[in-house]
Amino acid sequence: MADNAEILTGLAEIVEEVAGIDTAEVTPEKSFVDDLDIDSLSMVEIAVQAEDKFGVKIPDDQLAELKTVGDAVSYISSHQ
Amino acid sequence: MSRQSTDVVVTGLGATTPLGGNVAQTWEALLAGRTGVRRIDDADHEWVERHQLPVKIAAPLAVSPTEVLPRVKARRMDRCEQVAMVAAQEAWEHAGKPEVDPERLAVVIGTGIGGAVTLLDQDDLLESGGLRKVSPLTVPMLMPNGPAAWVGIEFGATGGVHAPVSACASGAEALAWALRLIRSGEVDVVIAGGAEACITGITVAGFVQARTLSQRNDEPERASRPFDVDRDGFVLGEGSGIMVLERAEFAAARGATVHGRLAGAGITSDAHHITGPEPEGTGQSRAIRKALETAGLQPSDVGHVNCHATSTVAGDVGESRAVVKALGTHPVLTAPKSALGHMVGAAGAVESIITLLSIKEGVIPATLNLDRIDPGVELDVVSGEPRKVDLEAAVCDSFGFGGHNAAVAFTRA
Repeated sequence: MADNAEILTGLAEIVEEVAGIDTAEVTPEKSFVDDLDIDSLSMVEIAVQAEDKFGVKIPDDQLAELKTVGDAVSYISSHQ
Repeated sequence: MSRQSTDVVVTGLGATTPLGGNVAQTWEALLAGRTGVRRIDDADHEWVERHQLPVKIAAPLAVSPTEVLPRVKARRMDRCEQVAMVAAQEAWEHAGKPEVDPERLAVVIGTGIGGAVTLLDQDDLLESGGLRKVSPLTVPMLMPNGPAAWVGIEFGATGGVHAPVSACASGAEALAWALRLIRSGEVDVVIAGGAEACITGITVAGFVQARTLSQRNDEPERASRPFDVDRDGFVLGEGSGIMVLERAEFAAARGATVHGRLAGAGITSDAHHITGPEPEGTGQSRAIRKALETAGLQPSDVGHVNCHATSTVAGDVGESRAVVKALGTHPVLTAPKSALGHMVGAAGAVESIITLLSIKEGVIPATLNLDRIDPGVELDVVSGEPRKVDLEAAVCDSFGFGGHNAAVAFTRA
């Protein structure tokens, strides 16, 4: 089980790999779409990689609710 | 020679080919007589050995597009889209990054096959890992309009993005449509050309089964030999060639450097056979004549033909007949596929760049491996050394599976 700091680090690595955004930019208050400029196709890639990395399921209706990096960390943390 | 009411000028050139990562490297290598053909039975092409393919040679890119493009940009594109982007960036820079109303800027980039590599890779992932392993970018990566679409996004072209698909004639046909777009008055600037990157097991196997590829594995540098009596098929290549074309008045108003003129273009179809050219070369010669008519040129104006000549037994002789029928016996020929291999949908665009440079620089690159010319080709083909020439006009031929014929005519600036 990863703690929230570990989840944030892991998620930032995925975002960097998929979207080329520096890991330091990937902080909890950032919105994926409005702040990090990540499109819907990249969000699907990020979700699939996060599922593999953290052993969670992120259904499409849940994915749509994950507006910020912090939302994603909380979701992964509570569904591990 | 009479000037058309709407002159179209070439202001930018870009290419990535088996001979070099840009136009200058490609041109220099052509003049030096180097070849881009090599053995490919290596770790990057493990499928050659796995399937015991009888063809172990190809003309892969000299510089991988992933060495040029930023990583994140490249990973969203198929290799076919990547090469188009690399060549388009060079062409746009070369043109001096024209300031143009986005609605007056169009893109026409053709491909023969499109994102074959992506289709295969993603199918492997679907079979091995199921649905969730398939990339959400699969369709935009494999679609044949992808190269044009990406280039349109990159340069903000909102005047229309087009992707002619006519097999090995796609690149030349793209230039023909670009000419029509500018002459119709619809746009001022077009980024046009072709892209291809399909050196994969299935395409090589398919071409082998169609009996079109050279199997001269022991002498890769001698395998592509257009017009030579001992030719035994073409060598598959990959790459992209892109031109920036402008309405002459628009280019003049912004003080652009003009490298030559796209004076005319002809497109015809054989309606004969799905792969074989019509044997008398009627459709091909009509394409050349249409190119001349739209250019306001006479056959005597054309001193040079940059041939499609792929090094297949039937194709090369048929093309020489078509040239004679359309122009006579005076034009000097060359066949760049002897050095570049056959870049399929990119071939006509890269060879158009070579044609334009031959006019501008006054030199025609030699056809490699022309040891004994086929007696059916009663024309002067440059071989041995490049030939210094003084050209007013030249034609570039491109023909494709499906009976597509495209010819484009260039004149000096």
